[in-house]
Amino acid sequence: MFETLILILDATLRVSTPLILAALAGLFSERAGIVDIGLEGKMLGGAFAAAAAASVFGSAWIGLGFAIIASVGLALVHGFACITHRGDHIVSGVAINTVVAGLTITLGLDWFSMGGQTPALSGDERFFAITLPFADALADVPVIGLIYSELISGHNILVYLAFALVPATYWVVFKTRFGLRLRAVGENPHAVDTAGISVAFIRYRAVIICGVLCGIAGAYLSTAHNAGFLKDMSAGKGYMALAALIFGKWRPVPVMFACLLFGFLDAVAVRMQGVVVPGIGEIPVQAIEVLPYVLTVLLLAGFIGKAVGPKAVGRPYVKERA
Amino acid sequence: MNKPTHPYAIELRGISKRFGAVQANKDINLQVPAGTVHGIIGENGAGKSTLMSIIYGFYEADTGTIEVDGQEVNIRNSQDAIKAGIGMVHQHFMLVENFTVLENVVLGAEGGTILKGGMDAARKELARLEKEYSLDIDVDAVVEDLPVGLQQRVEILKALYRGARILILDEPTGVLTPQEADHLFRILDALKQQGVTVILITHKLREILASTDNVSVMRLGQMVAHRETAKTDKEELAELMVGKKVRLKVLKDEAEPGDVKLAAKNVSYVDSQGVTRLKNINFELRAGEVVGIAGVSGNGQSELLNVLSGITPMSSGEVHMAGEVITPKSPKNAAQMRDLKMGHIPEDRHKMGLVTGFEAYEAAILGYHNDPDYNGKILLNRKAMLNECNERMESWDVRPPNPHLKTANFSGGNQQKIVIAREVEKNPDVLLVGQPTRGVDIGAIENIHEQIIKLRVADKAILLVSVELDEIMALSDRILVMFDGEIVGELPASEADERTLGLMMANAFNEEGASE
Repeated sequence: MFETLILILDATLRVSTPLILAALAGLFSERAGIVDIGLEGKMLGGAFAAAAAASVFGSAWIGLGFAIIASVGLALVHGFACITHRGDHIVSGVAINTVVAGLTITLGLDWFSMGGQTPALSGDERFFAITLPFADALADVPVIGLIYSELISGHNILVYLAFALVPATYWVVFKTRFGLRLRAVGENPHAVDTAGISVAFIRYRAVIICGVLCGIAGAYLSTAHNAGFLKDMSAGKGYMALAALIFGKWRPVPVMFACLLFGFLDAVAVRMQGVVVPGIGEIPVQAIEVLPYVLTVLLLAGFIGKAVGPKAVGRPYVKERA
Repeated sequence: MNKPTHPYAIELRGISKRFGAVQANKDINLQVPAGTVHGIIGENGAGKSTLMSIIYGFYEADTGTIEVDGQEVNIRNSQDAIKAGIGMVHQHFMLVENFTVLENVVLGAEGGTILKGGMDAARKELARLEKEYSLDIDVDAVVEDLPVGLQQRVEILKALYRGARILILDEPTGVLTPQEADHLFRILDALKQQGVTVILITHKLREILASTDNVSVMRLGQMVAHRETAKTDKEELAELMVGKKVRLKVLKDEAEPGDVKLAAKNVSYVDSQGVTRLKNINFELRAGEVVGIAGVSGNGQSELLNVLSGITPMSSGEVHMAGEVITPKSPKNAAQMRDLKMGHIPEDRHKMGLVTGFEAYEAAILGYHNDPDYNGKILLNRKAMLNECNERMESWDVRPPNPHLKTANFSGGNQQKIVIAREVEKNPDVLLVGQPTRGVDIGAIENIHEQIIKLRVADKAILLVSVELDEIMALSDRILVMFDGEIVGELPASEADERTLGLMMANAFNEEGASE
């Protein structure tokens, strides 16, 4: 039983990683006042770029680089539409999601002729599990040994990176000059402008950071979690990350826990496949997969109180005409 | 403090600025002597705010030069202005509401990539500034929890922290109680003693006379006069502002109140957060009288207007009007109240009075859009709407008289005229009036006041809510004072003066009573 729990938690960490990366990406963007429903598209674009580049160049790291470039490129398109041209954030985000969903398959067919997938990756083309020091030695120690060797050790570098980024994000957002300005620009861009700071420049930087993180999340999907790109492999994770962002009230640590909760439900869903519950019968996988969303709606509706986002989110900044 | 090195802290030469067809500023010249308080007065839309926005780098002038301490400066954005030692306190505060005072002050002048060091230094510097200018404030308080008077102090501290030697205040007393305003003027005085040059923009004559050394008057985008404050008076300034003689007192006869048109009995209202906003409100409103509600904004006046007009349902009590009894169990909505012949000029014309994206003739029928006058069998009768709008624009002197202009593009005063005309021309029995002249220029104020008195003479019952004590005293027959959701006092207008009302508004009498 304990071992099963550890295995579920272990899976939780792996499933939560892209959620955490994408949710932190969304956090930077929305804290700066840019709604980003395009997390999904950027992640998918990143996943495709990573798998394609890793396959061609034979290196997961080069794949990661391309994922970041692709995702930042998409983020800049979003920024150009929303910041420079004051477009509607939702429309721009949905457009990015739609374009990427089609483009990845089209390019995949043209380049690899494998039905929209990329070639299966192996060896250095993927990120592999890292065994932490003493993991094997401690494996036989009761409880702690299992936790250390199974749960903490044995993940790929991107998993550790995602969790390390949580305190890093907290530090950047709440303890640095950039973070102060970032939060201010999402709350009251007029105050930032009158303080002599460029609203657009801060928002662009936020959007770029968002792109970098989404790129990493995408690379994780195709070159770490899986071994290649599959059509629509982001499968709504971008939206789930957005839900986690709201659920965690735009704060890094609560957002991480929201992602872990969603990841946990996902891991349980996988475990529950084909399990027959006495009296009920076999639980449909979909019923469990829908849980994170249902949970978000329920919790937002009543339990965690009002989730108030940054005040100026989604609103283009226009200097007032006196 | 440093001695001024040049007789003029700031000097403008030939500043012009055009927005499309509108010449907002035309060939402006201005000299502000160092270490003085300089008033700039003018009607709304006279170009005061545009001029200050140019000095603060929000807009670039089309032509003209700005000199600070005798040196020509090129101000292209706010950063340049701050560098030149210019600070600005905007009419709508430029504060991040969920930040602390300290965070707001350091924003843009953090002093390093990592906040810690800069924040600690700022804390020390603020303590020094607070002492030097007697600006007491808790730097760790969250701004949204502070009263507006203190929020304004944060704005002043922000400017001083950036080393401002010239401080521009745009309509600073619009949101303050008389006592808070007095305090502000004491602060300005302290700033002056320390050698700071203050530019005060306002359309309130009394403030100019009470607190400035010199005054410049703007009209229609131009500087029309410069005066030493000691050598001018209210009448001259008012005349310069509007270009014609105006009287500030409203002429009216004794009231002859008739039947009760509206009666509120024990009306209470608890909002969705569970906060009691109105407590046992009792009053009667009679035909042919104006009852004024005085109070610091946020003490239940808005809620009272909303409850009476049917916008929000009351929690308990009853309202009697036109033979109907309105209770929480048998409520009436805003449309039903209008059917009982109630007119409502809402406090906030942008949020409640107009749809700013509508053209004027469309906005002019809001709330009366089901009236047969404006409707054909299926469609709206645009011709009738346009005709009526044209007539009203002429009789109310709405400028520009273009029914197809979007309401957002009219000046504040003209927007207000569109709203007031709409409510008044329908000839209501009871008229609720909220802040009728907020952000409206003197010429229009006079017109609006006359219309209100005309309605009184026509035996209408009028409830007037205003934060302008002058207005309350000039128009009302009786004055009710609200504090914390209650009516804490009533007095006839003949016995009211600013001091008494101010003390009642701060509930000072009751507090004294309680402490004895």
